[in-house]
Formats: sequence, structure tokens, C-alpha cells
Amino acid sequence: MYDIKALYEAGSVQDAVRLRLEHPQAQIIAGGTDVLVQMREGKRAGAELISIFGIDGLRGVSIDGEGNIRIGSLTCFTAITRNPIIQEYINVLGEAVDMVGGPQIRNAGTIGGNTCNGVTSADSASTLFAWDAIVELTGADGVRRIPIQDFYLSAGKVDLRPDEIQTAILIPKESYTGCHGHYIKYAMRHAMDIATTGCSVNVVLSEDKRTIQRARIAYGVAGPIPMRAPAAEAAAAGQALTSGTVEAFAAAVLEDIHPRDSWRASKDFREHIAVEMAKRCLVESSKLAGGVIA
Amino acid sequence: MSAQYKLIRCKINGRDVEQMVDVRASLTDMLRNDFQLTSVKKGCEVGECGACNVIIDGACFNSCLYLAVWADGKSIRTVEGLLGPNGELSDIQQAFIDEAAIQCGFCTPGFIMTAVEILESGREYSDEELRKLLSGHLCRCTGYENILRAVKKTMYKRLGKEYS
Amino acid sequence: MSKSVGQSKTRVDAFDKAAGRAKYTDDLCGRNALATRLIHSTVAHGLVTAVDTAEAERVPGVVKIFTCFDVPEYYFPTAGHPWSTDPHHQDVADRLLLSRHVRFYGDDVAVVVARDEVAAAQAARLVQVHYEELPFVLDAQEAMAPDAPQLHENYPGNVLGHTQIRNGSYEAASQEPGLIKVEGWYDTPTVQHCHIENHICTAHMEGGRIVVTSSTQIPHIIRRVCGQALGLPWGKIRIIKPYIGGGFGNKQDALYEPLCAWLTTQLGGQLVKIDCAREETFVNNRVRHAIRTHIISYVRPDGTFAARKIECFSNQGAYASHGHGIAAKGMGAFPQIYPCPNVEGDAWTVFTNKPAAGAMRGYGIPQAMWAGEAHLDDVARALGRDPVEYRRQVAMPQGYVDAFSKNENYFDSFRQVMDRGMAAIGYQQKRQDYQNQSGPVRRGIGMALFWYNTAVWPISLESCSCRMVLNQDGSVQVQTGETEIGQGCDTAFAQMAADAIGIPFADVHMVSTQDTDLTPFGTGAYASRQTYVGGFALRQTGELLRDKILSCAVELTRQAKENLDLIDGKIIRITDGRELMGLGELATEALYSLTHSQHITAESTYQIKNNAYSFGCTFAEVEVDVPLCQVKLLDIVNVHDCGRLINPALAEAQVHGGMSMGIGYGLSEQLLFDERTGRPLNNNLLDYKLSTFMDHPHLRAEFVENPEPTSPYGTKALGEPPACSPAPAIRNAILQATGVALNSAPMTPHVLFAAFKQAGLL
Repeated sequence: MYDIKALYEAGSVQDAVRLRLEHPQAQIIAGGTDVLVQMREGKRAGAELISIFGIDGLRGVSIDGEGNIRIGSLTCFTAITRNPIIQEYINVLGEAVDMVGGPQIRNAGTIGGNTCNGVTSADSASTLFAWDAIVELTGADGVRRIPIQDFYLSAGKVDLRPDEIQTAILIPKESYTGCHGHYIKYAMRHAMDIATTGCSVNVVLSEDKRTIQRARIAYGVAGPIPMRAPAAEAAAAGQALTSGTVEAFAAAVLEDIHPRDSWRASKDFREHIAVEMAKRCLVESSKLAGGVIA
Repeated sequence: MSAQYKLIRCKINGRDVEQMVDVRASLTDMLRNDFQLTSVKKGCEVGECGACNVIIDGACFNSCLYLAVWADGKSIRTVEGLLGPNGELSDIQQAFIDEAAIQCGFCTPGFIMTAVEILESGREYSDEELRKLLSGHLCRCTGYENILRAVKKTMYKRLGKEYS
Repeated sequence: MSKSVGQSKTRVDAFDKAAGRAKYTDDLCGRNALATRLIHSTVAHGLVTAVDTAEAERVPGVVKIFTCFDVPEYYFPTAGHPWSTDPHHQDVADRLLLSRHVRFYGDDVAVVVARDEVAAAQAARLVQVHYEELPFVLDAQEAMAPDAPQLHENYPGNVLGHTQIRNGSYEAASQEPGLIKVEGWYDTPTVQHCHIENHICTAHMEGGRIVVTSSTQIPHIIRRVCGQALGLPWGKIRIIKPYIGGGFGNKQDALYEPLCAWLTTQLGGQLVKIDCAREETFVNNRVRHAIRTHIISYVRPDGTFAARKIECFSNQGAYASHGHGIAAKGMGAFPQIYPCPNVEGDAWTVFTNKPAAGAMRGYGIPQAMWAGEAHLDDVARALGRDPVEYRRQVAMPQGYVDAFSKNENYFDSFRQVMDRGMAAIGYQQKRQDYQNQSGPVRRGIGMALFWYNTAVWPISLESCSCRMVLNQDGSVQVQTGETEIGQGCDTAFAQMAADAIGIPFADVHMVSTQDTDLTPFGTGAYASRQTYVGGFALRQTGELLRDKILSCAVELTRQAKENLDLIDGKIIRITDGRELMGLGELATEALYSLTHSQHITAESTYQIKNNAYSFGCTFAEVEVDVPLCQVKLLDIVNVHDCGRLINPALAEAQVHGGMSMGIGYGLSEQLLFDERTGRPLNNNLLDYKLSTFMDHPHLRAEFVENPEPTSPYGTKALGEPPACSPAPAIRNAILQATGVALNSAPMTPHVLFAAFKQAGLL
């Protein structure tokens, strides 16, 4: 049994917003795979919970009127991986969230929970950063949409106002069109693990597949929150698809990332791996885009 | 602070039930304590070991990280529900026995339920895919080898294919 | 005559386990059980000056809080060894139920008893413990320094035990001209057993006695320890051991049974449950000893050893538990495996402010083989020899007699298992193919040997008792004190019993539960002893029962006993092979006879003064991604000579499990501690990297079945051996792939990163 002071179950988004205002101390619980673990640890013991688990309207993936991919915040990782829209336009996201924990966790854990946690190691986060995802938040005054980079404020803290819940993650049309990406999760095991470092890269190649028009790269666990590596992106943008570009791109990530020493891994190790992952991710993304590295 | 309860209605192993549950209870607590379904084991209580795995509406969940109140309206299956009307084992349970995939037996029910989900998909998987599908369970006795054999053998049998 | 032994019979407990019906401790516990929550020390070393429970006691649902100031002053040992009536051979009694002098981060200070687990947890958070902090030490060698903090009064330098080997003269022999010196330091980590069922026990009082139900490997030993800890006559305690969800040595120790037994006496005999959380299992149960080993070999150019030296520093942690036995056993394996006339050895077991180390699968041999087999590859490399071909030259020869146990190496098992392993993995071709690689991704193949001594004689008592009871239908209940912990001993025993009595396997009903009120004495699951030792008692008791049955058959058939036999549950007249009666008919007649009623049973104890070498090896093939510092295990084969297989399918399964544990030992598992505070950092199944389904290639087990002459069934140790050699085999494969000799397990990417950088590969 969990040390839950009170449980409020929201039946709809409006209901959830109301409960948020009525119970300002309460913690939102979605899939439960993080909140319940923290409760058991004692971190959130004795808390009130607002369960949004029952809001089925927040589950599912669709394409909205403007062509953006819309992922309901309660969509579980398994559903994202198996979704045909995801598979067609942003398969890397499906692959990334397919590396979270194990199958049962992926059936329960939600993309909303994964991002609202504000943790740097979230497997979805680096890909969402790399694809300029938009976070949709719904509160008493309606809907607010912000870039995911602005949503993450600091370790464990996100821009979620007291009346809000996260209702969707959007991938803009201009972001996914013609874009191919690859994610590497570097971990100590092949399942049931958290990322030592995660790297997500995507590219748009020129029509002749010889030039990188746009490259985007983001990391998890390269800093307190997920982050992009702008120097690396600049080093690749407009450059010929060559091994020299790959090397320059990868070397440049060190200008941006700032991992730390912890018992899980040293800074030196994380930096070394980050560079290697950048290379491999760019090579793989380019291949997926039909390019051949010269 | 008074305890908060909720009446839930759900299906457990095919039977419709109603139960007043403490909102603080996990589904593991409910299944073990209220329904004596003790095949649902506690090994870590944080979703790492898979011993408490059950099928909810066709998909596997670690019942330790699932609030009992969420079971309202759901259909839940545990290993106890796999037995036939005369107590006969299902094919996958028999395969675990035949392939010596059971040792201490503590992880077994959870593994079997994941195997059921895999098998009910009706699809054929490679070894690598099966390993991934089964990776939400830890076992310290078997090295997983014979568990893989049991699932594979049953998968091929159900697909009407040869397995050597 | 043997019908069941040697066949892959289905496990006797398989149906119940597959059906989810097998009952483990928590499944048997009444719902009215009082919940408990332990308060653990938040300092690595200190004296508890006060425990403030006032606020915690106000939490609704709290029944009582007991602190280290409340517990009786009976110091007790916890090791699951047979008791010795000789005080010099008794285990160290250094424990109280709760500790005033806390010796590791996590030590037990107090316990909350409450109506439910939430109340217990809430109260536990409110208990305030005040400490006088003391300096602490985590490293075994540092703990031996003159100015190191002292953990226990009677152990200067924190040395719990020290043993020596002095064969010939190391000093003199190492002066021989022309010798090649090979030296290395080899480290093994603190790891944990990680059985999936955490340790759990319950206790209540019945008829003025204490009944403890526990997830233990050693019920009869637990009864003794509970008696010692509570200052009660041992008969006042009854221990029940139902199915358990794995043990691997952790549950070969008194864990929380003594505290639980005491709590019920303080609560009017109410049912109390102590249910370890996974985090507690890692820290508050037992761990495997981290051992640092220093080996120097002086080798002649022809490969023969002139002189060898070994030093072992074994990290005992805070309490003695199994203590020096582990390092002593590990070092004890050193002189035999590669015999050398001049060996100097010293093993020290040292208290540190870490969790107590106890028994774990292999009992010092995985540590010893990590060091010794890594070192042997280093020697082969220094000589420019192939590791297998070199081992062929120097490994223990057939006919070798162990100076200590006087056991003989009856067969040339080492060379046989190497042959099998080489063939299975394609060693020679791969060894050749993988020479001199230079790319970022490289492959390698390596191997390691092990030997393991079955059972604990002549260090301790080796005996097994067995009872057999004939039912009216001719089936037989079999009980022994030896415990099923998942390894399959009940099935092996049933096979032995069936053959010894002369009945079908299906007619043997193993009583899996041990209950010290009902079960004959036996010391339990450890030292890979049960199949070997139990075999004697099963055979003897079976023959006793069979003899009684045949005597009864004489009365009922009026034939000469010499002309009767019991085969497959039928009384057969040997002279013409005629079936005279079924055993069921005989049993029913015997029991209900109005002239001579008899309940046919047999019970006996068999003490052995023997043991047996078990041998084997691992061959491993790896792929190393140098830039990513990752090792992928491509193939792995274990080959064992554990004598005749009682049940081939279960033997193979047993080997798989040990290999898996060995792979984790080599590549990923390690319990980490904060150097500044002594706090455990990764005592959970997410951060402690137990192998998952995706971290293994296919595991392959092969057997060389040389019948063990000292066993009535030709069998010897298999439970622990599979975990002994995988880690060094993987290490030696990485050595071939990269030329980098890794001397510290586990060989994680962090270790590879540092080593590859040093070697100039990165």
C-alpha cells in the first residue's frame, strides 16, 4: 500500500484543471511508473494525488489540421512505438521510447509523464528536443503551447502552472518533413536501464543526398536537463556529407554539452561517449535519409 | 486522517467482481489480499523485477505500480486464470515445465503472463524480438535460456510450425 | 536396476509453480500479521546515543517501537554452518538483535511494529536516532592499517581471520636463475545474490513456543540461532520453511528470523512479519566478499612453476557471518589447480564498515578463479603460449591427491572438459582468426578453469537424515532436512528414493516443506552438498524401507526373502519373475492386518567423512567495441564434470543459472558505496546491473560424466560450480581481442574506458 493522503480522480481535462486549483498541493499521477516509485521511496509519501489516468481523450496519436503530429500526453510508450503515424514520420521517437525500462513499463508509462518529470535521462526527451517538439498545456484560461526547450526549466522542474496539465506533445510539420533520425541510448544493460547518455540526431539532406541541409542533435544526461548542441548543428549545416563533416560535427558537441561526474559515470567518460554517439547517430540518420558518406 | 475507499467493478480471470478497495492499495495488494491470487508476487515493488506482472485488458502491467482503483472497468488476468475447467495446464505452462524453465518458481507466474501476451498476438518473433518482449522480468535461477525455449516452442506450436 | 536416476524427470514441484499455487512465506501469512519497519543507521560507524520515538509513537496504527536499548544481550552468530560442540570451531557470535554500536550504513537500530505497512513507514520516518559518529573504513587493506578505525574489540587490525600456506620454500625457489616473474593484482566486487523473493519471515507463538516461518535455506540451523539469540532452549523454537524464491547462499544465514522471533515474544505472541524490501536485501542481508588478490608466479621458460605466491584480502564488512571460511576456501583452491612445490599463501579476512559478507554461490571460488585464471592467462601470454595448451601442461594431473582432504583426482577431468569446450565453441579456429586485430570492433576468445570441493567435510559435520513412510497405496512420503530452494533437489531425491526402494518415480511424494517439529535433522542447502550427501541417506533409508517391505512380503507370500525383489512397486519372485503382489496391496494388508499390523517406515542418518572435487571450465567469445567501451558476449559454453547426472535437464538448467550469475559478475554487477559516507549507492534492481534477458547470448552447458567413486549415485557438486569460471573466461577473451588485461571485475564500460585510454586504444 502506498502512503497516499487522498486520491482525486479526474474524468476530463476540465476536471483535472479544477482539481489542480482545488488541491494545490496535490501531485499529478498519470501512468504511475515514476510517481508511485517516488512515493514508496518516501519522497512524496503522504501526498495527495490527482489521477489523470482515466482521461482516455488524452491517449492516441493523430495529425492535426495544420499537419502537425499530435501525441496525447497519456499515450503510453508502447502505443507510440506501434503507431503508424509515428512509424511513418518520426520512427526514431518510437524507437527511443521502446528503450524505456521493459515492456510492462512501456505499457504503463506515458510520454506526458516522461516529460513532466523534468529528468534529463528521459528516453523521449532528447528526440523531442531534437525535433523541436511543442508542449501543449491546458489550464483554466485555455491552451498554451511552448517549445519543449522552454518547458524544461531546471532538473526536475518544468513550466507547468498550478492550474495546468500537459495535454499533448506536438511535432511540427516543418520539423518532420523530409527528416530522418536516429537515437542511441547508452546504458549499462540492454533493457531495464536508464541512459548513461542518450543522443538523438536527425538530418534533412539535399535532393542529391550529398549535402546536409539541416542537422539537429540533442542529448539526455549531458547536463541537468536535455539539451541541443548548436555548435555541432552549425558545423554540419550546409556541409557536404563526408566523414570529415561527421568528425567536425561530433567534435563540436563538446562546445555545448556539460555532463558531470557522478557515481554512475565520470564526466570524461560521458564526453567521450557523447562524441562517439554523435558520429554514429549522424552516420545512421544520413543512411536513413538515403545518403552515402563520402 | 480517515481511510478513503472506492467501490470498483472489474473482471478477474473472467469473473465479474465488485470490491471496496482502499485507494492506497496497489493492484498487487488487491489481487493478493482480497482475491488470494498469490501467484502475483512481490519482488521489488518498483517495476523492476516483473514478478507481479498481470494482464490488464490484453496488455501486461506490473501490478505493483498500478493503483487498484484503476482496475475499475478492466479485465485482469493472472496465472490462476490460465488453468482449464478441470485444472489442466495451458500449453505455455506445460512448456515451462517441459523445458525445465522453472526453478525457484518465484518469477514464473509473471513470466508466463508476458508469454501469454506474446502468444496471443499470433505473430512469429525472432529470438532477438522475444528476448526484448520478455525483458521486463528478472530471473536469477535460469539465465533465461529455458524460458526462451518454452516461449519459442509454444509460439511455433500455436503457429503450426516445426520447432527444433 | 537404476530407472529414475539419470533421466530428465519432470520437477516434482513444477505443476504447482507453473499453476501459481506454490506457496511461499508471504502467501502463507495471515492478513492480521503486524507489519514492521526497520530503522537503519545513517552513519557508517558510530554509537547510538539515543533513539527518540515519541513523535513516531503518535502515528495512528503504531503498536510498539523497539530500539537497540531494548533487546536482550545474547550475542549470537549468524552463519549457516553446522554447530560445533568444540568452542574453538564455533562461528563468531558478534550480533545482537539491534545494534547500539552501528558498524555500517544501514545497520539495524530500531524496529517499528504497526497495524499496517503505511503506518509503520510513516512512523519509521519520524524516529530520530542520535549518534556519536566514529571514523569508518571501507577498504580491507586500509582497515588493516595501524591507525584504522577498529570495528570489534577482539580483532586487532580488524583481522577476523588469517590463514597461511607454506609449501616448500617460495623465497629460495624464486631465486632460481632464468625465471620469468609474472605478477598481478586482481579485484572482485561486492555483489549480491538477488534471488527474486526477498528474505521474509513471520513469527507467532503457539503452545508457549515460537513458530517462525521463513524464506531460508537452513531451517534446522535457524532454530539453533534463534534459540541462541533469545536465550531460549532450542526446542522452544519451531521453524517452517515453505517454498522459497531462491537463496544462492544469502539465506544460508540467520537474517531477520531471530528478531522476528523475539518480537512476537514482546507482543503477546501475535503474528509479526518482517518483509525485507529489495533495498534492504542488498544491504541488510548478506553480500559476496569483495576479495583483492595478489599473485606472483615464477615460471621457467618451459612453463613449469618454480614458485608461486598468493595474498588475499577479503572484505568481510561489518559482521563476521561466514567470515574467514570464504577466503580460506578460495585460497585453498590455489595450490591444487596448478600444482607447484613452492607456494606461499596468506589470506586475511578483514572487518570493514560495509554490509556483512556471507555465503554466496561459489563461496570464495569465483573470486579465486577470477584472480587465478586471469593470472594464468597472463603467465601464458608472458610465455607466448596458447592459454589452453599451456593449461594442459600445468593443470592438476590425474591421480593428484589433495594434501588437506586426502581426496584423489580420479580422472583427467580438466583436460577432458577443455577438449569438450574447445570443440563446442570452435576454439582453435577462432583463436587463430582473432589474432592481431586492429579495427574499432574486435573479437576474442578465452577460457578459464575451475575446481570446487563438494560439501564441507573435513571442516564441518556432513550428515543427512531421511524418513520414508509407506502409504496404503504403495506410495511413499520422503522427508529430509535438506532443502529445495529452486535448484531441484526434491526431484533428484525423489529419483534416488524411487530407485533405492524399487518404486516408480511417480509414487514418491516429496515433502518439500521443512518443519523442525516434523522433519528429520539436516543442515540444508549450501556447499553444493545436498545431492551428494543426501544421496547416501536416501540410498540407505530407501534400502532400509525396502528391506522392511520385503520382510513383510515374506510374511504375506511365505517365500524366502532371498527370492523376493521389489521392482517398480511390485513384489517379484526372482526365481521365475512372477509378480506376487503389488506394493499397495502389501501396504494395505500390513497396516490393517488383524494379526500383525505394521506401519512400514524407515528413518536413518548417514554421516560422511568424504568429499569430491568437481571440475569444469568456461569458454567465452566476445566482441569489443573499443570506441564505445562495450563488450558483447557472442557465445559462451560451460563444461562440467559433476559426476553422473541425476537429472540431465535440471542439471543443464542449473548450469545456465550459474553462467548467468557469472556473466553478471564479470561484466556488470557491483554494489557501490559512497566513499565519503559509506552509504550504498545502487541497492536496487535498476541501478544494480543484474543481467536481463537481453544481456545474454544462448547459454550452453556440456557435461563430462566421470562417475564419482565416493558417491552411491556417482554424483558430486553442481549447484555452485557454474558461477565460478565465466567471469575470468570473458576477461581472457577481452585480453585476446584487445591485448588489454583487465584485472578488476566487473569489466564495465567505465573500467574499459580507463584501461583502453591507458593502453592507447582511445
